Amino acid sequence: MSLDTMTQLNEILSKRIMLLDGAMGTMIQRHKLEEEDFRSGHFENHPHPLKGNNDLLSITRPEIIEGIHSAYFEVGSDFATTNSFNGTTIAQADYQMEAHVRDINFHAAQCARRAADHWTQQTPEQPRFVIGSLGPTNRTASISPDVEDPGKRLVSFDDLRLAYKEACNGLLDGGADLLMIETIFDTLNAKAALFAASEVMDERGKNIPLMVSGTITDASGRTLSGQTVEAFWVSMMHGQLFSIGLNCAMGAKDMLPYIKRLDKVATRSISAHPNAGLPNEFGEYDQTPEEMVAELEPFVAGGHLNILGGCCGTTPDHIAALKQLAEKYSPRKMGVAEKVA
Amino acid sequence: MILSGLEPLILNESTGFVNVGERANVTGSRKFARLIGEENYEEAVEISRVQVEDGAQIIDINMDDAMLDGVAAMRRYLNLLSAEPSIARVPFMIDSSKFEIIEAGLQCVQGKAIVNSISLKEGEEEFTKHAKTILRYGAAVVVMAFDEQGQADTYQRRIDICQRSYDTLVNLGFPPQDIVFDPNIFPIATGIPEHDNYAIDFFNATKWIKDNLPGARISGGVSNVSFSFRGNNVVREAMHSVFLYHAIKHGMDMGIVNAGMLTVYDDIPKDLLERVEDVVLNRREDAAERLIEFAEQVKDQETGTKETDKLKWREGDLQERITHALVKGITEFIEEDAEEARQHTDKTIEVIEGPLMVGMNVVGDLFGAGKMFLPQVVKSARVMKKAVAYLLPYIEEEKKASGQETQNNGTIIMATVKGDVHDIGKNIVGVVLSCNNFEVVDLGVMVPPEKILDEAQAANADIIGLSGLITPSLDEMVTVAQMMQERDMNVPLLIGGATTSKVHTAVKIEPEYNGAVIHVLDASKSVPVATALVGDGRASFAEDIRSQYVKIRENNAKRRAKKTVSPLSLARENAVKFEWENYSPVTPTQLGAQLLKDYSLEEISKRFDWTPFFKSWQLAGKYPDILEDQVVGEEATKLFNDAQAQLKNIIEQKLFQCSAVFGLFPANGIDNDSTEIYTDENRNEVQATLHHLRQQADRPAQNPYRSLADFVAPKDSQIKDYMGAFAVSCFGAEALAENYEAKHDDYNAIMIKALADRFAEAFAELLHEKIRKQYWGYAATEDLSNEALIKEAYQGIRPAPGYPACPEHTEKGTLWKLLDVDKNIGSILTDNFAMAPAASVSGWYFAHPEARYFGLGKIGLDQVGDYAERKGMSKKDAEKWLQPNLA
Repeated sequence: MSLDTMTQLNEILSKRIMLLDGAMGTMIQRHKLEEEDFRSGHFENHPHPLKGNNDLLSITRPEIIEGIHSAYFEVGSDFATTNSFNGTTIAQADYQMEAHVRDINFHAAQCARRAADHWTQQTPEQPRFVIGSLGPTNRTASISPDVEDPGKRLVSFDDLRLAYKEACNGLLDGGADLLMIETIFDTLNAKAALFAASEVMDERGKNIPLMVSGTITDASGRTLSGQTVEAFWVSMMHGQLFSIGLNCAMGAKDMLPYIKRLDKVATRSISAHPNAGLPNEFGEYDQTPEEMVAELEPFVAGGHLNILGGCCGTTPDHIAALKQLAEKYSPRKMGVAEKVA
Repeated sequence: MILSGLEPLILNESTGFVNVGERANVTGSRKFARLIGEENYEEAVEISRVQVEDGAQIIDINMDDAMLDGVAAMRRYLNLLSAEPSIARVPFMIDSSKFEIIEAGLQCVQGKAIVNSISLKEGEEEFTKHAKTILRYGAAVVVMAFDEQGQADTYQRRIDICQRSYDTLVNLGFPPQDIVFDPNIFPIATGIPEHDNYAIDFFNATKWIKDNLPGARISGGVSNVSFSFRGNNVVREAMHSVFLYHAIKHGMDMGIVNAGMLTVYDDIPKDLLERVEDVVLNRREDAAERLIEFAEQVKDQETGTKETDKLKWREGDLQERITHALVKGITEFIEEDAEEARQHTDKTIEVIEGPLMVGMNVVGDLFGAGKMFLPQVVKSARVMKKAVAYLLPYIEEEKKASGQETQNNGTIIMATVKGDVHDIGKNIVGVVLSCNNFEVVDLGVMVPPEKILDEAQAANADIIGLSGLITPSLDEMVTVAQMMQERDMNVPLLIGGATTSKVHTAVKIEPEYNGAVIHVLDASKSVPVATALVGDGRASFAEDIRSQYVKIRENNAKRRAKKTVSPLSLARENAVKFEWENYSPVTPTQLGAQLLKDYSLEEISKRFDWTPFFKSWQLAGKYPDILEDQVVGEEATKLFNDAQAQLKNIIEQKLFQCSAVFGLFPANGIDNDSTEIYTDENRNEVQATLHHLRQQADRPAQNPYRSLADFVAPKDSQIKDYMGAFAVSCFGAEALAENYEAKHDDYNAIMIKALADRFAEAFAELLHEKIRKQYWGYAATEDLSNEALIKEAYQGIRPAPGYPACPEHTEKGTLWKLLDVDKNIGSILTDNFAMAPAASVSGWYFAHPEARYFGLGKIGLDQVGDYAERKGMSKKDAEKWLQPNLA
């Protein structure tokens, strides 16, 4: 399957830009869920409040998650990104839900798998894929939490590696076709995830296409841990990646220069899934699909991208508009990156 | 080959030789070994910093010492280096003969590192295992020419082992371009004839590898070659340079060298060069003896000391020196350079307009490009001012002689408006503008509108700039604009300060005045705006702004139309409702007003929240992370160090006086969102009545409409509740700042004021804690870290009149009277209820566990009427004071 997946993906990518989905959180918010929704039937007696732990919904309200994946597939997404952004023991510690991490990932993949299979059947000419999402966790391996002791770390490489390994296995058992290490603010965290993915592939004896997506948090043009996009690519290139790109943090307009820089150096497919603009003073994203398309058009028209999608604040309406945009232009040509090695 | 730290390092044909810094090595540097042994990591980090500054492109780190826990030391050192962006920008070389130390190192670096080293010494199986692990961590690798039989010491052994290692690695899938060979650099001129050809063998093996093993690179530990000349740096440096010169010609790509211990090949004296080359190239049998003999002669010579590098910039031409001094903020030589420049010109003013302005333009460009930060620019201004002060007497004299006027970009009148005392931001803008050759006339604080306009007209000003921090200042700015219109002026008006905004300027100020009115977000924006306003394109610039503001007004009108406000009665019905019957307030230990005079500065300083301090210098980011920020980290750290020094000075010399007055009183709520404060527990005599406001902006069901009134038990509940009030001030900053200003030292003047603000804020925070734990004592057992305190993770609030929960400033009048603040500590209220000194904080205390901060938001005219009635003020006055909150 995996070799098939890779071959299938490469064939599609040689013809057109592929489409990721949009935000999960924004769509979940529309359901106005209560504490009960995060518990019912599974975690009734859990001592810690669970509202807001969206990853649990794949277990407690799978129909909602599957519905969101379907909504994105309906407007033309090629991929569903699993509802597992916080599905590591490290991130789930906040909710004392470490014991349920395997289930979270397994069911997240299952929700997406069901939706993908349904839509692949509906539109055999457009097969749909499941990306297992590996979030950054809420700890950083490169930065000290304590100014008095810059050498201090709250999480070690091995902590991260083991947590990611568990997540990878859950996602793959649940039916994920690819894995995406996303919203990377600290490259060392991502290196631990790559390490884990590589171990898992060895143990399973198969190759899984890996996507890597970093996040540039401000106008300094660097990751939170201080790397330039070029250094970020160099630090990730050993992972035999399927794609590298950027997501979240800034709106499309501010992301463009960094995508162009990646385009120059990276020898893999390039992905971008920006937020729907910058959040307003209430933390909401109010960029319309039309506005987003206008900002993204230069990425696509310039031939800088192979994979396109949305992050925070984007909805099926945004993805539908991106689909139209993607159809207007050709994908980035592979092998145009300058030979630097 | 590509490696990375925070930035990429690409090795290709055009990169040239790559220097790997060697000093962070416990086996190679006694000093480093001592520092690590003593756990003096701070200084150990400096060793790496110096190497990077000296040009090392990769830093080698080695912790192989039997007395050390190598894994722990490697981890600690790498983690510390990672926190230093100026070091961590380069890739790291993790150097150890123990693979567990290498792996510990690989787990600490986010970039693509290089491992030094692995070899076939322990056999192919071990070699393969290690290589696979390195591959998974994504690092490049140095392979030693070493196998089961030992270290390769001939040409043939070198190439055989390298070939075998290469094939094994490539079969594993190791990228050939990530392989570096170290074909062993051994000491030469040791007196042992077998060693004489070592360098030549190395060169030849290097060439063979480059020709036969595609992608592979060559490295080596260069200082080994001169091992027998330890203690003779002149000879050693020459040997390193000569060895490298030839090795590079043969294809060596990188080397572990002390970047500070290399002479330039061409600078080596001819006689020394000849003898060194004889040795390196094995040109004659007696080469070693001849070099040893020569070495004795030069032993006593000092190597070129690096200390002089610090002053190397003094060797540049005059313009270079002036620009350097301005960019780096060095005042030491500026008068001397200004004098030299003066000697070369006919008119002294040309020194300012010429070399000094050229330098300041460089500063301006760097600032504009985000390559310099505000604290640096203020230091540049200090240099500029010092130069100008030196030149001024000459200029005056020449002016008298010729009767001519000087040329500058234009004159700007600046003032903090009536009723407001805040001027840190305004001073910064003044400095930045004067750096850009504007004549800045600063009228100070609390300047009445008439005076601003009189002065502007008298000086024939090109621009007027207004600043303010408190909300009533917004109205003062409107007043100034109206008066400018009445006077039929045409001077552009700039608006700035923390509470100002583009929207407010567009909606409230701009329509009042026919001249240009422009909101300026911060100091960096002031220069382009001011420059545009005095330039040729000023008319079209003003027109652009005008149409932009028209659009803002239209959008704003549209948005406001959408926002609705609930009737006051409905808002009051949906107040926060507590179950008062279950609430038993804690009785304060002592009631009535109390005084804390001249409180310990040291104790207050422990409670500083530094984040706003950096913000006042326009350095964005949270303390302490900001110190390590990629962009502003370095400047933030410098600023922080300066602040610490100044703080120490202030504390030691008691330059500030911090005093507080506070009181805890019996209190109960009465109707219509007011709270009564009683003189004593009988609760018969009302000492003061506080008039609170209530949120009215439409909100979703269930969300209450909040008011501070909700946090005190109502009178009819029969519950004996309490509340408090406080005012703290930090005195002494104004006089000190003036002293610095007189010395043209705006940097320290601003620093003093920013620190005074910190003192006032920290004192308020500290006092609040004492209230909670001691004076009121409702949270006697509270035990929170400073971080938790800054995050306000405690019970109770201390909202300040003029801030979001209670934005109406005149309530401060009630507070002043209640605590007799003027008399007790000497701080006063201005006409517009700003506190003087500026470094003051006042507010109310509420202890209810559910008490929380909120923003009042928009209110309706019904509440304005109600409020006016409650306070006994006219509706017009109430509207004026509540203007920013009117829907």
